[in-house]
Formats: sequence, C-alpha cells, structure tokens
Amino acid sequence: MASTLETQQPPAGAARSIHQRTLPRYAPAAVFGGCLVIGAVLTGFGLIGTVVLGTVIYLVVIYVLSRTVESSRKAADRVVTGLVTSAFVIALVPLVSVIYTVFSRGLPVLSATFFTSSMRNVVGEGGGVFHAIWGTVYITGMALVISVPIGILTAIYLVEYGRGWLPRQIRFLVDVMTGIPSIVAGLFAYALFVLIFGPGIRIGIGGAIALSVLMIPVVVRSTEEMLKLVPNELREAAYALGVPKWRTIVKVVLPTALAGIATGVTLSIARVIGETAPLLIILGITDSANFDPFSGRIATLPVFTYYEYIQPGVDGSGEGRAFGGALVLVLIVLVLNAVARLISYLFSPTKA
Amino acid sequence: MAKSIDVSDLNIYYGDFLAVEGVTIPIAAKSVTAFIGPSGCGKSSFLRSLNRMHEVIPGARVEGKIIIDGNDLYGAGTDPVAVRREIGMVFQRPNPFPTMSIYENVIAGMRLNAKRMKKSEADDAVEKSLRSANLWAEVEDRLRRPGSSLSGGQQQRLCIARAIAVEPQVLLMDEPCSALDPISTSAIEDLIHDLQHDYTIVIVTHNMQQAARVSETTAFFNLSAVGEPGRLVEYGSTTKIFSNPDNESTEAYISGRFG
Repeated sequence: MASTLETQQPPAGAARSIHQRTLPRYAPAAVFGGCLVIGAVLTGFGLIGTVVLGTVIYLVVIYVLSRTVESSRKAADRVVTGLVTSAFVIALVPLVSVIYTVFSRGLPVLSATFFTSSMRNVVGEGGGVFHAIWGTVYITGMALVISVPIGILTAIYLVEYGRGWLPRQIRFLVDVMTGIPSIVAGLFAYALFVLIFGPGIRIGIGGAIALSVLMIPVVVRSTEEMLKLVPNELREAAYALGVPKWRTIVKVVLPTALAGIATGVTLSIARVIGETAPLLIILGITDSANFDPFSGRIATLPVFTYYEYIQPGVDGSGEGRAFGGALVLVLIVLVLNAVARLISYLFSPTKA
Repeated sequence: MAKSIDVSDLNIYYGDFLAVEGVTIPIAAKSVTAFIGPSGCGKSSFLRSLNRMHEVIPGARVEGKIIIDGNDLYGAGTDPVAVRREIGMVFQRPNPFPTMSIYENVIAGMRLNAKRMKKSEADDAVEKSLRSANLWAEVEDRLRRPGSSLSGGQQQRLCIARAIAVEPQVLLMDEPCSALDPISTSAIEDLIHDLQHDYTIVIVTHNMQQAARVSETTAFFNLSAVGEPGRLVEYGSTTKIFSNPDNESTEAYISGRFG
C-alpha cells in the first residue's frame, strides 16, 4: 500500500493536481481496532464502555489522521461515515436484542401441544396458544374485511374524484386518525358496544372495529400514495379510447397500483396484529377457544402474552408461555412481511 | 367512416386563464391536417378540445362551437365518453397499459368497455389493427408479452393500433414522433399516409418537415406575447403555407427566422 501514500508531484506549470495522497483501505479498520484496545484498557474491559469510548477516540483519531495525510474534505467524509455507521448500529441494538431474547426463550416452549391446545383447565405446566392464535387470526381478518373496502374506496375518492375543500378535510382527519393512540381506539369500540349492549360487554366484533380504526388510516394513506404513482397518461389513454372514468379506475388504475396496494394492506395488518391495549379492553382474555365473534371474550396473542407474564400460574410456567406467544407473534409478522414482498413481486406490472 | 369537423370561434380556458382565443377552422374528412407553431401557443390544448380530453384537466373549459357531422360536440346532450369513442387520440409519449400484454393492449378499447367478443373476433381485430399500424410482422410471435417490452417506436405504433382498433372516425395525434428516432418516425409517417384513406387525421408537430411531408392542410398557431392567448394565424393547403404564406409571421416561423 506504500504506493498510495506516495506524493504525486504535479507536472510543472499545473496549478492544481487531480492526484491526492490517500490513506490505505485498511486504515479505518486498523485505527478502529487500535482505539477499541485503548478504550478497553481505559475502561477496564467493560463491553459497552469499550465500544462507546473506542468509537469516540476513533472519530477523533481518524479526523486528525485524515486531515494530516489527505484533506479536510476527506477528513469530514470519514468522520460523518463513522457517525452514520454508529447511528445505524445503535438503531440495530434493540432489534437484535428483542429478536435474540424472544427466540432464545420462546423456542424451547414451542411444541405440538403448544400449538394445538388452549389454556382450558391448565393451572401449571402444559397448555398452549391455540385459542389465542385463532383469536388473533380471525379478529385481524375481520378488521381487514372492514378496513380494506373503506380504506381503498376513500383513497380512490381522494385521488380520483375529490375536488375542493372536502378531500383536504378528509386527508387531515386521516392524518389525525393515524396518530390516535391505540388505547383510545379500544375505548371507542368499547364505548360503542356498551351503548348498544350495556356495560361489561366483551365481543369479538368490537375488537375488529377497534383494530379497523387503527388500520383504515394506514390503508388510506398507502393506497393514496400508490394511486398517485399511476401515471396520468394511462388514465388519459383509457379516456381517449372512450372508457368511462369508473371503468378506467377499476380496470386500469387499480391493476397498475395493485402490487403497492397489496403491500400496504399487508403492512397495515402487521401494524395492528400486535396491538394489545384495545383488545385488552374489548376482548379481555379467556382460557378457551371461542369461535363466535359476536359473543363473549376471545383470547388473542398479544393479550395472551401479557396475561401469561403477569399471571404466570402456580408454578411460574406462564412466563415461558408468554415468550412462546411473543415468538409466535413475531413469526406471524415475519411471514406477513415476506408475503408483502411476494405480493409486490407477483403483481408488479413491470414483470416481463 | 371519416367525418369532417367545423370549429368556429373557439376559446379555451384553464380556470380564468384564456389559453386559446377565437379559433375558426374547418377540418376536412379523410385528410391530414397539421398544426404547427411555437411551444405554448395552444396547439395541444386545441387538439385536446376536439375530443373533449381537455376537460379532464380540473378547471379547464371551452367556449364556442365544434360541429362534427352536424352534431354539436359541446351541446347539452353530448356524452364526452361517446365522443372519445368516435375521436381517438395518440399521445406524445407512448403509453401502453403496463398490466396488459400486447394483445390485450390492442383490444383494450373493447375489453375495457366490457364489449363481448368471440375469441376469433378478437384475434381478427388484433391482427387487423396491428397490420394497419405496421407492427404485425414485428410482434406476431410474441403477442402475449407485456406491451412495455417493446421499443419506444414499437410502443407508439402499438398505441396507434390500440386507437384504431375501436374504429374511430377521427384520429388526433399530439406530437406522436417527438420521442422517437428517425426510423420509427418514418414508420409512423408511412402509417399516417396509409391511414388517411380511412380516417380524418389531425396531427400536432414541432417538426416542420414532418408537417410538409404528411399533411394536406397546415394550420399555423402563434401567440403575440407570453401570457397572451394563442391564436390561429392562418391555415391553408400545406403547399401554400410552406411556399407562399399570407402572414409574415408564418413565413418567419417556417423559414426559421422566428423570434
């Protein structure tokens, strides 16, 4: 690497050179390694202290080194590269930590019994999440059935038909809805059904409505963005063929945006499937599978996880089940994300 | 099947802004009429007003009269959707439907209008339109491929095939060759020559040689200053406009001494 350190003399008469001395490629890694060692010595080999102090020392050293050998622009570049990388690593820490914990403590719990049995008559060991998985699947499914038509039709109105003040107000209200705390959505659904059926009501459809309140704005916004991406030229091409506006929307605009809309819908499911607070209020928890969405309590994975953790049972085995439930939830969300990618690949109009 | 168009005293507005003022021009059936003029003089706006595509833009409206075969285009009972079935349009940039194959693109006009047609009818319509658009030989073995897999010039001819598949009376072309290379341009000009036996064609072009090559009648649009509405300066047979125009600004524009 000595050659890269050589000073290239500019030819005589040239005011500026396009050559510049550069640090070798391994320099940042080597400097960082050295700084980690210094940090380790200074902090007495604590892991977090070593990394934090080592990073700070690295930023200072690389700046001085680069400024001396290279140029001030290069030095700034290297410092900012270091800062951005640090930010990335910091952002990654909670994600890795959560996934590691959930997998390491949840995996041992998973078994055939865990998936096929409910918590009915279980006080100690055993039991499972069957009732909670089904609760989560069909409460979320019902929320989907409610939200998708409302959300997509609203987005179509906003993009294709809305003129003047009404779409502006709707857009504002949708933005406000996006920010509603989920507990408020749960209280809304609960209050609604208390008005109809009286206090103390627990009903599956209420949970679906609470989740819909959270899902609709996500579906509206993502669909709206996707519809806006459809080039106007395609609409004009259809109009010029004498196709009415509604047919243009149904046969040209929606198919073109389908991949994006499907991805948005899938991600909106991932967004609400882990909601605990609203379901805690309106669905509560039960030990048995309840397949009737119009009567009685229904267990769902997030609420199951919560209750198993705060009421671990006589022998404390609930804590394991809590991590098992959390792991199943994480797996469902991972699968949904994979499905979203698959959908956007399959429906993508550019696919040859 | 071709129809003539009579335009009298047409004003085109975008909101309060008067974009084109006082256009009066007859457009003959089964002939090619070219609109030339500098950018922003309202050629495209005027072309779009001929099949009511203009009003797709919010706030756009039209005053004056356009008569097609005795029917008032902007009359009270006129359905813009029906108008556009009779008066097709080809746009500046090729815009095949990305979700459809070449085959589906050609019969999109029928399919999107839920017209029931037998498989053999559809096959015939596709072949006929693609042959008229000079594209059949190039795509006959890959009709199921997406329309976006074609080159730009082929896509534009696909769009022309799609426009003529619904058998319109009039074909409007808004700078159909501006995004194409000379070879594709020449293919489309040949196509225009062939099509004029059956269709009334109106073409907007920035290319004066193209106007001279393809059209029988030429109309020159101009605007007196920026912010002023565009006007029709003069129209006449292409030979006359290009050799001995009445108006000085026409001659200046055509000979390149403009502005």
